[in-house]
Amino acid sequence: MATDTQQSQHPGFYAIVVMLIIMAIGPIAIMLINSFKLDVDIISGTSGLLFMPTIQNYETALCDILPYELDHLDFCALKFGGAFINSLIIALVSTVLTLIIGCMAAYALVRFRFMGRDTASATTLMVRMVPPAVLLVPVFGLWNNEFCIDKASWLGSWIRDSFGGRGDVCLAGTHSGIILIYIAMNLPFVIWILQSFIVQVPRQLEEAARMDGAGPFQIFFKVVLPLIKPGLAAAAIFTFRIAWNEYLLASALSDRDTKTVPILIVNNMSEFNVEWGVIMATGMLLAIPPIIFTLFASRQIITGMTAGAVKG
Amino acid sequence: MVLALLYPLGYMVYGSFRDWDPSQSLSESTFVGLKNYITLWNDPNFHESTLVTLKFALSVVTVEMLIGVGLALLLDRKLRGMSVLRTLFILPMMIAPVVVGLIWRYMYHPTLGVFNRGIKGVGLEPVDWLGQHALLSVIIADIWQWTPFIFILSLAALQSLPRSALEAARIDGATGWQQIIHIKLPLMMPVLIVTCLLRLIDAFKVLEVILVMTEGGPGLSTEIMALRISRTATEFRELGVAAAMSNYLLIMLLILTVLMLVYNRYMEYRASRAMRVAQEN
Repeated sequence: MATDTQQSQHPGFYAIVVMLIIMAIGPIAIMLINSFKLDVDIISGTSGLLFMPTIQNYETALCDILPYELDHLDFCALKFGGAFINSLIIALVSTVLTLIIGCMAAYALVRFRFMGRDTASATTLMVRMVPPAVLLVPVFGLWNNEFCIDKASWLGSWIRDSFGGRGDVCLAGTHSGIILIYIAMNLPFVIWILQSFIVQVPRQLEEAARMDGAGPFQIFFKVVLPLIKPGLAAAAIFTFRIAWNEYLLASALSDRDTKTVPILIVNNMSEFNVEWGVIMATGMLLAIPPIIFTLFASRQIITGMTAGAVKG
Repeated sequence: MVLALLYPLGYMVYGSFRDWDPSQSLSESTFVGLKNYITLWNDPNFHESTLVTLKFALSVVTVEMLIGVGLALLLDRKLRGMSVLRTLFILPMMIAPVVVGLIWRYMYHPTLGVFNRGIKGVGLEPVDWLGQHALLSVIIADIWQWTPFIFILSLAALQSLPRSALEAARIDGATGWQQIIHIKLPLMMPVLIVTCLLRLIDAFKVLEVILVMTEGGPGLSTEIMALRISRTATEFRELGVAAAMSNYLLIMLLILTVLMLVYNRYMEYRASRAMRVAQEN
């Protein structure tokens, strides 16, 4: 291991790098290729790359929102289109809400010395420690029994008023029920990350703005927020990713109409006869948004990740 | 925040003392005291899945730390396109665990999968990946997904090391290996410990990948505790038992975390004392 030769790189070194790249993205590439194959090609498939690419799998997967009729399908069994829309709604709304609450809370914690920084980091660690599986039981119980229309719990009626669920149901089975748990799960992390960015905003800047006659809200929106944009981006990506990818809590809380994409994938996997092509296509659809984020904002992601560990 | 986190947890602790069915609300269920905990304590299946969880978490974290830190040490040099490389490496982490499970289930498929095709191509016997070697296969998939995390973090730690110490060592004639063992690793230690801790916590949370790949089977060989909790709650409809199990898991995680932090503090304390002694001399 020649770490001290900085100038000339050993050819073996490049071989290692290339091998690592293949290992990292190979499986994803396999999925991408297979999503364009017919099942016949996947099963017979002796040659990995020689095949007729087809978008039939994607059409099958999205059959319920496509505007035209499909020839190869007489009944639209999979409802991936609807689930896709559900996933989008849930992930986007929970990301936006988490960010709004998170940046205000972080600002308050930093500027008004409300609680120490340690509180936020300790809570983040604690929340991170709790596995979703552990949350499953209480959330399931609470959402189904407590947070209902009956005015017994004030939180239940308050949530119904502000989110506007369907009058006669519990929080379980609605979009807002799932969104709420995602916000609760992500908020500590978002506050923690944003704190470390807000601390770096120089106080003089805010005081200058105040001299020029800006109110506290103007200072917050016009001075602080633009300065912590990288932090907001990192926090947004992490929140979106968790809300988009999460399976377990969503499966416990959703009903027939609010299923998200991961639930449908798992449900279709456990059946005996797996249609690999279609499943791969849906998997690819689920993987595309995070992949796009990664390609365009990897710097922010790495910032968020390292801030989490190095400053912890 | 207290409301969102502590209220459900308190609710769960309360529920774990009861015989609780999903169709009832908690107040309708009967109080059974510690019965759920005692049943679990004597349940061989629960022991099995605890063991599987520990085996999974420990082996995953160990291997990932070794590979991740090793790669970081190896690739810590001026290189064009390093940012592209890092972007590619974090891809596996960003895509959904369900999708990761999906990909690996396909690759492990006994006849269609890439691995068995490759093995057959060389002329060896195909391996029953998700049958006989299910735990190993699951571990490999997790290593694929999460090694980059450790790699990125330790690379960041490496690049923030003080250059002066390394310069001094090089001038004193330390070899590459000596630099790594005596300077780089000790200086990276705080970050490495936090990384290890985060990874360990996450390893107890892995659920979707295993659910999609094996559904806990064959038998109980890959049924880690998180999976068992969700199955107890949804399939066997025993929320009380699931709550008790969740508490066991939480206690286990809490102990691990506290141990890790205490060890960390202890090491810091020893280091600062050594420093003071050195200064006094």
